[in-house]
Order: sequence, then C-alpha cells, then structure tokens
Amino acid sequence: MFAIVAVHLHRKFRKAVAVRDLSLEIEQGEVFGLIGPDGAGKTTTLRMLAGVLKPTSGRAVVLGVDVARDPEALRMKVGYMPQHFSLYGDLSVLENLTFFAEVFRVPRGVREERIARLLGFAQLERFADRPAGQLSGGMKKKLGLACALIHSPQLLLLDEPTNGVDPVSRREFWGILSDLHLQGVTIFITTPYMDEAERCNRVGLMFRGDIVQQGEPEALRNLAPGEMLVLYTSELMRAEEVLPDFPDYLEHQVYGDRLHVFTPDARAAKPRLEAFLASRNIAVQSLYQDEPRLEEAFVHLIRQARAEVE
Amino acid sequence: MMQDALAAYAVEARDLTRRFGDFMAVDHITFRVRTGEIFGFLGPNGSGKTTTIRMLLGLLRPTAGEARVLGVDVAREPRAIAPRIGYMSQRFSLYPDLTVDENLSFYGRAYGLRGRALARRKDEVLTIIGLARHRARLTANLAGGWQQRLALGAAILHQPELLFLDEPTAGVDPVSRRNFWRLLYDLAGRGATIFVTTHYMDEAEQCHRLAFIHHGRLIATGSPGAIKRERMQGQVVEIICERPEVAMQALREEGVPEVALYGQRIHAAGPGLAGRLSALESLLKQAGAGPQAIRIIPPSLEDVFIANVKHSIP
Repeated sequence: MFAIVAVHLHRKFRKAVAVRDLSLEIEQGEVFGLIGPDGAGKTTTLRMLAGVLKPTSGRAVVLGVDVARDPEALRMKVGYMPQHFSLYGDLSVLENLTFFAEVFRVPRGVREERIARLLGFAQLERFADRPAGQLSGGMKKKLGLACALIHSPQLLLLDEPTNGVDPVSRREFWGILSDLHLQGVTIFITTPYMDEAERCNRVGLMFRGDIVQQGEPEALRNLAPGEMLVLYTSELMRAEEVLPDFPDYLEHQVYGDRLHVFTPDARAAKPRLEAFLASRNIAVQSLYQDEPRLEEAFVHLIRQARAEVE
Repeated sequence: MMQDALAAYAVEARDLTRRFGDFMAVDHITFRVRTGEIFGFLGPNGSGKTTTIRMLLGLLRPTAGEARVLGVDVAREPRAIAPRIGYMSQRFSLYPDLTVDENLSFYGRAYGLRGRALARRKDEVLTIIGLARHRARLTANLAGGWQQRLALGAAILHQPELLFLDEPTAGVDPVSRRNFWRLLYDLAGRGATIFVTTHYMDEAEQCHRLAFIHHGRLIATGSPGAIKRERMQGQVVEIICERPEVAMQALREEGVPEVALYGQRIHAAGPGLAGRLSALESLLKQAGAGPQAIRIIPPSLEDVFIANVKHSIP
C-alpha cells in the first residue's frame, strides 16, 4: 500500500516552474526525506501533498484522497507542519493543543486523554501552562509537532521542522519521529541537515522541480564519485589548480581547510598523489582515506545536475 | 594607540561571567582565540553563546572577569574596538526593498565610508562574495544562500580584523553552506579572525578549534579531531536487526543512555559499550529483536557533543 502516489505533478507560479513533472511513490510506514538546494521545489511539493496548494497539472493521491478533488478531506487526514508553523504565542501550551483539537474536530470524549498523551510524548507536561511564546526554540518545534498530531494522522508532512534547533533538541525531536515510525506512521520530511537525511528509510534529492535521485541513504552515499582522500596542505589554492592534471583525478571538493579528492582507487592513488604534489612543489601536511558521507554525495550530485543544465 | 598587528590572540576571555538576577548566563569561562583562526563556539540554545558574544562585542558589561578583544579590554573601552570588528547576527538586517548595491552603500556609510573609498570597497566586497553580477538586483529576490553572502559582505565592508558570526547559515542548503564556508576560509587566509556559532556539526568540523558551552560553562575545547578522540565518553555501536522497535526498547531498559534509529539501523552510545558487544547481542536475541550485525563505529562530532552535554547537566 502506498501512502503517497504522485504522477506527473506540476506546479507553475506565473511563468516559473516550481515543481516539474514529478512522480513519486511513498510506501505506508516509510520515513522519506526530501533534500535539495534552496529553491528546488521541496516546499511546493509538500504543500501540494498537504492539500493546501493546487497542482497546475498532474495528480497526487494521498492516503487514498485525490489532493485536487478533495483537499478539505485530505487536510483532516494528514498532519502538516509548515516551515513557519503558527502557534498562538499568548496561549499556553495546553490552550494551543485544545485549539487545534477544536479545528480538527477531535471528539470531546477522547480529547483530554489525547492531549495528555501528546504532552507526555513531547515531554512538555511541565510546561503545559507556559505561554507558547515563552518556550525555547526546540520546545516550540515539539509543540508544533504535537499540534500536527492532534487528530492522530497516519501521515506526517514536515517542512524543515528542525531549522535553527540545537543538536540536543534535534535528537529529541528525531526520537519522537522514530517512535511514530515504529508505530507505523508514514513520515515525509524535508531537511537541510544531511545527518537527518541519514535517519530516513529513503531519501529523494530534488533539483529544479524534480526528484533526480532517490534511494536508501547508503545507496545515495555510494553515488559519491569513487573513493575519497582527505588532503591537508597549506597551499590549498595551488593544489586546487593542479589537481585536475593528476591522472587518477575524478573530482575534488573544498571542505574547510582541507580538500576532498575523489579517485577510483584511494589506496593505489595515495602514493601517486603524494609524488604528483611533490613534483609540483606542494607540501602535503596530511593525506589519508576517509569514507564519503551523504553530504559529499549531495555536493557531487548537485554539481553534476547543474553542469547538465548549463 | 599602539596596536600590535601580530598579536597572538584576537580574543582572550578570563573568568568571564554574566549574571542576570539569579540566572548565571555565563559562568567563569576562560578561553583564547588565536589570530587568523576560525573558532567555532557551540552549545545548545540558551547555553550562553549569544550572551558571550554580546560581552565580546562590548554591548553587555560582564558581571565579573575580563575580555580582551584585539588587545583591548572591552568593558573599559567598548568604542575602541567597534571599528575593528564585524558582526553578523542570527537575524541579519538587510533591507529587502533595496538592491544589493544599495544595501552595501547603506552599511558602508554607517561605517563611515564615503565617496570613492566606498565605491572601491563595494567593488572589492562584491567580488569577494561573488555577487558582482547581481549588484542591481533587489535583495528580496535573492536566494537564501545569496542573502547570507550579502549580509557577510555588509559585515566586512570596513575590513574588520575580527568577525563575529552568530548562526550565519541557519536553514541554508549544504551546497550554499559550503560556498559560504569557502568565503570564511578566504577571509581567514587574508588574516581575519573568525568567531562563529553554528548548530551544524559538519560546519563545526571545518573550524580550526572549537569550544563547547553548556549552562554557561565551557565543557570542552580543542580541534575537532582532538575533541572526537579525547572527549567521547563511551563508544557508538551500530546494530542491524529484524525488529528495531523491540531492540530499542530492550536497550533503553538495559540503561543504554543514547538509542537512536537511523533508517532501520540503531545507533546506541554510552560508556563501556565496546566491552559488552556479545552481552548486548544475547540481550537482543533474548528480547526477540533478531540481531544480525553489531559493530563499533567511530563517533561523529554530534555524538561527542551530545554525550558531553548530557553528562554535564548539573
């Protein structure tokens, strides 16, 4: 069973195409992460799937509901947390939850018990009476998530829910998402954090309105070009200039004060690269092999996609 | 005033302290930032990062202790350092209805640049931040990563020796963040010192040195490599099994402090886990989790950060 099926989904804003002919299938119970550069169309995709924005063309069926035909029914079935989720700052945590329970027509009989459960879930019991405006950033996000869960949705659509949140609060937030995942809830999340993408079952990389790669995080990580050598040198700029002349060179990326050099066979290339740099009078401080992360693959794939367009 | 252009330290904080009523926002912190270094200042929200920066900028008086910034005691002579430092805050204030060029003119004038000097410096900055071709564009129409670069441009117009950046890349995609960091390295290469806060651990990995602050206290300082080697309290174990939900429950009941799900794999972290691999395996077997693979993996900087923060809760 699929929680989300999108076929040739398309959205234009005047002349600009935000989402281009996008097709996608998300299985029930999956945690799917959508990553991509700013302006790739991630938020527009999510808004269409949440039923708050009509597609220009194409179809999407979410939890069995056609998003264009019955957006109202859809909104009652999915939990949607937009990037700028609006809580009522002067209302308390408890009052915010009660308000959303009203909006989503949670039956009065179950309301109290459910709110209590969500407060526990989000570790917000102690703050039930605190005005939402006075919560820390991380707690606000957890309250936002609790509000999106008020009607026990089977699908969560989360748009960069952890922006600007510190690592400890992000881990807590993901702890909650893991629990929901283990309870069978489908989660569709956009994120600029590559370590969060690693926590998904599947990841889609979006570029200029379409998903250009998708797969398990391991599979995407393997799309990094070959193996990786980490090079420290005090002559980084000069090293960058000469590297493309190195016979085993595939690509390089600057990472802070070091270079990531990609090559088909790192072990074989290492002594050759040392000799090559020595022949160009570039002193090597340190050179070793390391595993490419999802981030290196992301940078590579986006560069490649850009090169194909330009 | 005599200035030693090659002073070894751009920032020296000794027992720097700030109290708000009963609340100790910053509690006797001591650290030094070397000239020309990119120094990462990390900590959870509310740990005292911004309060520390405000004291270093001379905007807030310390309750106790001392901060010397570019050799100047900031509490005594806050005005003396203002022209020599740059600051880009979490919510940098660019004017969306002005063009790129107009925003730079505005900030340039605020720093006292005029006429030909302003025009020349704007040209230089536009080249550094890579927006020379877009100087006539409305700021509101720039992509997020470009706005960040423009804000950085505004902060370096007056050629500051020391730059304070408070979460400059929040919400920016990995490619734009790489480009932004490349710029920071460029500036450091020209001799500027950079003091930066971030919640991105992949950015923290790019700093020369780091300091972790928590509840107003420094809990670790050092290079990212040294912190990962020396400050991890315990080990990280990756577990693949048939029923992760059962395994997570069993590990938590066993008292393993950190249990997190990565796709279908579990990362468990805590002191002494390396010596208990076979015990953990039989625990998971007994619980019916169906363990298939269990191995020690190197901790990420985030693992180290979280382990340190959790253990230092007073």
